[in-house]
Amino acid sequence: MATTTIVLGRRGALRDGGARLRTGRSDVRIALLFVAPVLLGLIAFYIVPTVRGLYLSFTEYSILGSPEWVGADNYQRLLADPLFWNALVVTIQYVLINIVLQTAVALGLALLMHRVAHSTVIRGMLLMPYLMANVIAALLWFWMLDYNIGVVNQLIDGLGLPRVAFFGSQEWAIPTQALINTWRHMGYVALLIFAGLQAIPETVYEAANLDGANPFQQFTRITLPLLRPVLALVLILTVTGSFQVFDTVAVTTQGGPVNASRVLQFYIWQKAFAEQEFGYGSAIAVVLFLILAIVAFIQMRVLRGNESDLA
Amino acid sequence: MSETRALLTAARRRPRRFQWRLVFPWILVTLAVAVSVLPFYWVLRTALSTNSMLASHSGSLLPAGFNLGAFARVFGLQSPAEAIAQGGSGASISFWTYLLNSAVFATATTVCAVFFSSMAAYAFARLRWKGRDKVFGLFLATVLIPPIFTALPNFLLVRNLGLLNTMLGMVLPYLFMTPFAIFFMRQFFLNMSREVEEAAMLDGAKHWRIFFQVVLPNAAAPLATLALLTFMTQWNEYFWPLLVASDDSTRVLTVGLGVFKSQAPQGAPDWSGLMAATLVSALPVLILFAIFGKRIVNSIGFTGTK
Repeated sequence: MATTTIVLGRRGALRDGGARLRTGRSDVRIALLFVAPVLLGLIAFYIVPTVRGLYLSFTEYSILGSPEWVGADNYQRLLADPLFWNALVVTIQYVLINIVLQTAVALGLALLMHRVAHSTVIRGMLLMPYLMANVIAALLWFWMLDYNIGVVNQLIDGLGLPRVAFFGSQEWAIPTQALINTWRHMGYVALLIFAGLQAIPETVYEAANLDGANPFQQFTRITLPLLRPVLALVLILTVTGSFQVFDTVAVTTQGGPVNASRVLQFYIWQKAFAEQEFGYGSAIAVVLFLILAIVAFIQMRVLRGNESDLA
Repeated sequence: MSETRALLTAARRRPRRFQWRLVFPWILVTLAVAVSVLPFYWVLRTALSTNSMLASHSGSLLPAGFNLGAFARVFGLQSPAEAIAQGGSGASISFWTYLLNSAVFATATTVCAVFFSSMAAYAFARLRWKGRDKVFGLFLATVLIPPIFTALPNFLLVRNLGLLNTMLGMVLPYLFMTPFAIFFMRQFFLNMSREVEEAAMLDGAKHWRIFFQVVLPNAAAPLATLALLTFMTQWNEYFWPLLVASDDSTRVLTVGLGVFKSQAPQGAPDWSGLMAATLVSALPVLILFAIFGKRIVNSIGFTGTK
């Protein structure tokens, strides 16, 4: 009787070691008590809103009055909405620049932390931008990149190059947003990758050294393949985050100049809150949700993030 | 013996041989640190400057026309006329209120979410009940839902409850849990030794007493880390407070900063005032980081997930 275990699912049964506990009874009552608050939060602020958001996307709802069922109208309108397609393109441009740059810099920094700079103080300083609010990062760079008196343009001018309208020109609006967010996230992503590097046993490198592999070969043949699961997690995390860029755009360019930086989440906010089209805004949000799910799924598949080569 | 000592002193005199191959890597490290940290100095330098002198001294490393007026302006200690004369907008901007709102918002959500989440984490890690892992899976799945997607319906809920522009409405969705807090604490409880709990159980203690008197005190370190991380995240939150609390009396700092920025007086932004406001907003997190930096740095990694 004492060894009666409740089926917990594979992982649970493994970690729990339930059979070793003295009683065979289930803790359902006390567990319910412990879980009740978070369950309430989950239902009220995650599950119900998800269903409601889905429902709203099939309605016309101007915040006043009540939602009116319109079927797939919002989605049809969306397909024909040039601003939506623009938002999608602009967002993808942003994600590409942001992720490529950020991952490359972070990977380099992680290698430096692992091989050269071991101090926690240095790691801390590199993490500082990440601890700041997006709004702060945005304002700080809004000032430093100002066309006339920003220090960066002073430097550019000093080098005899033409000044750059980082926020004011259509071609620079998105790269600038991507740069700001890269600045904020590079130390954090580097630390995540650094944690992955530390998990690679030193013996693998010693063996490679004996075999006469040069540092570059060691990086491409050992480090990168063994880092793959960590990189996959990092990429899923940062890509989904990157698709939801909003704060820095909202406090600086507000989607402009013209439509150059009107990213998806800003467009959703504009439709739902500035123009009070809740149904349409919800439909775009559903599309964003789907894009994120698909992108995460593809990344998981391509990078085989759930398998490790470190057997 | 003396030989060892000789070797030791020799080693001390030349702790590490200078290695040419490390010069380039260290230049890169220095560059990365400079790019990460120097902007903060520039914020401070600008906050201590006089607006009218910023343009003519835009390259100077020291404050252009050292002056504390920007901070006075941010905290509403200047008369409108004085503020306008110094390049401010003259509109009242009550950073004390925003500071207080941010503190209440971040503290309330941190305390409640961390507390409830650790209770649940204990149930997920240590109690045995049917459907446990399925319910936990539900919490895992919430990470996939983008915040914007739930933000619209949550806004409607808060509005229907009549809680727009109230602190309660603002804290409500964060009060019960954050998925991250549950994972974080569950991972700790899974790895915690069972012995103390079992001893207490043999003494006939009930689960809730074990949790509060044995488990929680033993979890002080991870709880502190989690509270720190949660507090900083909440302090930096922008989107949700912007939706539900745009009123001057309920604004948090991030939202207030956005408003401050949009009040461009006399055509040009009040740069020194804006940078002073930015610095004030960043200060609490900077102080926490100065005290608990090591804890925060070491908490980042994939130690929790396997």
